Amino acid sequence: MPDGRPSKTRPGQERYVARLEDTPLHDVGALDTTAPPESQWKEAWKQLRKNPLFLISAALILFLAVVIAFPGLFTSNDPTFCRTGKSLRPAEPGYPLGFDRQGCDVYSRMIYGARASVTVGLLTTLIATALGLVVGAVAGFYGRWIDSLLSRVADIFYAIPLLLASIVLLSALNSWFPDRGFWASVLAIVLALALFGWPQVARIARGAVIETKQQEFVDAARALGATPRRNLLRHVVPNSLAPVIVTATVSLGIFIVAEATLSFLGLGLPTSIVSWGNDISAAQNQVRAGQRLGTMFWPAGALALTVFSFILLGDAVRDALDPKAKKR
Amino acid sequence: MSRDLNPDQPLLEVKDLHVGFAADKKTVVPAVIGANLTVYPGQTVAIVGESGSGKSTTAHAIIDLLPGTGRITGGQILFEGQDIAHAKKSDIVALRGSSIGLVPQDPMSNLNPLWRVGTQIKESLEANGVAKGKAADARVVELLEEAGLPDAARRAQQYPHEFSGGMRQRALIAMGLAARPKLLIADEPTSALDVTVQKQILDHLDRLTDELGFAVLLITHDLGLAAERADHLVVMYRGQVVESGPALEILQDPQHPYSKRLVSSAPSLASQRLSSVQARAEVREQAVQTAAEIAAEVATHDDELGEGRGTIIEAKDLTKVFKIRGSRPGQSTDFTAVDQVSFQLERGTTTAIVGESGSGKSTVARMVLGLLDATSGSVEFDGVDITTLRKKEQQLALRRQMQPVFQNPYASLDPMYSIYRSIEEPLRLHGVGTAKERETKIRDLLDKVSLPASVMTRYPNELSGGQRQRVAIARALALDPEVVICDEAVSALDVLVQAQILTLLNELQSELGLSYLFITHDLAVVRQIADHVLVMQNGKVVEQSTVSEVFENPREDYTRMLLDAIPGGSIPLGVVEAGDDV
Repeated sequence: MPDGRPSKTRPGQERYVARLEDTPLHDVGALDTTAPPESQWKEAWKQLRKNPLFLISAALILFLAVVIAFPGLFTSNDPTFCRTGKSLRPAEPGYPLGFDRQGCDVYSRMIYGARASVTVGLLTTLIATALGLVVGAVAGFYGRWIDSLLSRVADIFYAIPLLLASIVLLSALNSWFPDRGFWASVLAIVLALALFGWPQVARIARGAVIETKQQEFVDAARALGATPRRNLLRHVVPNSLAPVIVTATVSLGIFIVAEATLSFLGLGLPTSIVSWGNDISAAQNQVRAGQRLGTMFWPAGALALTVFSFILLGDAVRDALDPKAKKR
Repeated sequence: MSRDLNPDQPLLEVKDLHVGFAADKKTVVPAVIGANLTVYPGQTVAIVGESGSGKSTTAHAIIDLLPGTGRITGGQILFEGQDIAHAKKSDIVALRGSSIGLVPQDPMSNLNPLWRVGTQIKESLEANGVAKGKAADARVVELLEEAGLPDAARRAQQYPHEFSGGMRQRALIAMGLAARPKLLIADEPTSALDVTVQKQILDHLDRLTDELGFAVLLITHDLGLAAERADHLVVMYRGQVVESGPALEILQDPQHPYSKRLVSSAPSLASQRLSSVQARAEVREQAVQTAAEIAAEVATHDDELGEGRGTIIEAKDLTKVFKIRGSRPGQSTDFTAVDQVSFQLERGTTTAIVGESGSGKSTVARMVLGLLDATSGSVEFDGVDITTLRKKEQQLALRRQMQPVFQNPYASLDPMYSIYRSIEEPLRLHGVGTAKERETKIRDLLDKVSLPASVMTRYPNELSGGQRQRVAIARALALDPEVVICDEAVSALDVLVQAQILTLLNELQSELGLSYLFITHDLAVVRQIADHVLVMQNGKVVEQSTVSEVFENPREDYTRMLLDAIPGGSIPLGVVEAGDDV
């Protein structure tokens, strides 16, 4: 204690020692073994389960999955069975949403349209994420010229707007292979979107990998004798997945919208395939003329709700996985 | 400064304060339970405690800056006789800055990087209505000068990134004192700084307290520092005040078992010195003996690297030059991080490398580990130059015999790996044993580091810092290495945990005949673990000798400065011996 300071005890500063009974000592570094062991994913899952955003979006997506797998459960009408005599007629028993211009059942087309839209969205996300993850992880982990090269390639693809590029690519494909089946058409859109959608994921993955590889546990593994490849696959990539998963969930919605936009422009799925984008496209004349707005409203509403649930899911997953929110 | 303060009238009284954090709508987790403390004008009072003791929460409750869901759930906070715990928000805002100033913990993140330092101080002057415009600008320069910044007028025009950590903390002190508060709350004001800078800043703060007559509430985890700087001490543990009273009295005659533990564990305190020197000598004797047996065995084995020499690591003229990118592409300047460092590590002993941030000590460790290539010089492991090892088997053999323990127990374990997998990884990598044998080995290792086997199924995020460091040590020992390199292995831990880990390292050394290279910024812990010490500054070794020689008879000014800067080093202590009632 420095000299010259008053050392007499003043009121409120008398020596005080708490009774041991009131302030029991705990073992230094005792282990709490009451709770079951939990990995990070388990903990995230526990947090997700409590999040109402997640519950709502998961319920919607589950419902959507049932619709796609068993459309027959919801309607017995054939969406491609159209009678011109019923063109633009209002709802009637068995046809709760009425008929479109061709006289097809709006309700059953809405149900069957889900399949094409969601398939395109899922496949595109899968391919774009896989591609982006590989490129981003390799670029971020190995650095130097590999990073420069891959990052510039990603930048080039990133600089081209997703829709514009897909429009050009698909119109070329359409003129070369005018008649395609369901899967060929779906695949064409998926490839076009994935080809220009991966740089987004690659950027996120690269950033996450660079952050992870500087962590001490990566050095520790190196010092244990782990090869760079093992380090990348076993330590760095698993720890960089969280932001990639979040990006993937959100972009799923974006890809579904992109498919609808392409179909709306007549470049996506051929009109013979039932899809929300095609129906919205077909309905635009009615909207302009102010007839039967339902023909536009129902497929568009279904599309909006689907995209909404995926974006909601992405938000909920971000809340659970965001490392910043987890730091205590 | 003329102040109409009655020195016998408490400036701040905290009475039976309860603070809780709402975990969800129903449960409130208590963080502070019935805390009492009193601060008189012009006095320095310190709250001491480990992380999670509620010391910072108490301080934040006083200025109503509780984070997140924190609420005052009971008790009173009287500032000059007025209850501010239940005052209106606007009254407290008026109080902040003008009557109660705050110097925050982390000087790196508490200045806005987009604003000039001067502008930020001016803001606090204007917000408290002290000065405006030109007058404020002039006052800013005065304040910075007062806080001990040379060339204050120019410095005020600079941005935070142009300041070092110590300079930023001075700027924050200037800001905290801008409106001449009657009470300054300093929340771990120097824990992020090097010891010599810490001493300068605290000395300066002491001078200012005397000149300006404000009171200081110092929050710190370091008992030695608290006792050196404060008149009155408040020891907190798990949200409760366990002991309070005159600083010197508590230090010399702690009553509560927790305070006793703290006094006996604080590495900076003198009580440890003699007993730790003796204990260390015993450890070394045992370890050297065991190590010699191991050396004899190594010498006869072909599959192990090395010749079984007494000197297990010898670094010769180790130099590392980093190229720093220049302003134009292709242009670069050289930065010599490590300059001609030579040292030897004898089997069964510990060599400590001590230095402040930027001294190059960690770079040396990384070069010895082979994680970084040296620009020139060599590292010999048991007579084998490790830079010449090209064959994969040889490199793996080196990895088996030399293992690191890193600083940050929160970052050195893969969060996705269970403890079992973490410790098993080295065994797998080197193809040791069958799954069954590996499990036996892991159980044995956990037992060695005093962790229950039930910890195997857990994940790092469920363990405390000390437990994680134990796991990291278990992993390092999995391959039965001869050398363990501890890079700031205890720096991030609370004092009690730190003491435990040091004891563990000592026990393991005598039991297994390990040799340690111990990198640390804290000269105080060196006595408890090391036999030889290298003092580094700016990449060079300034002094190199046995530990007792360096402590008792330092030859270099820099070493003396480091020793002087150990907080509480000069406080006379009572007869509390380590292990007493702990």
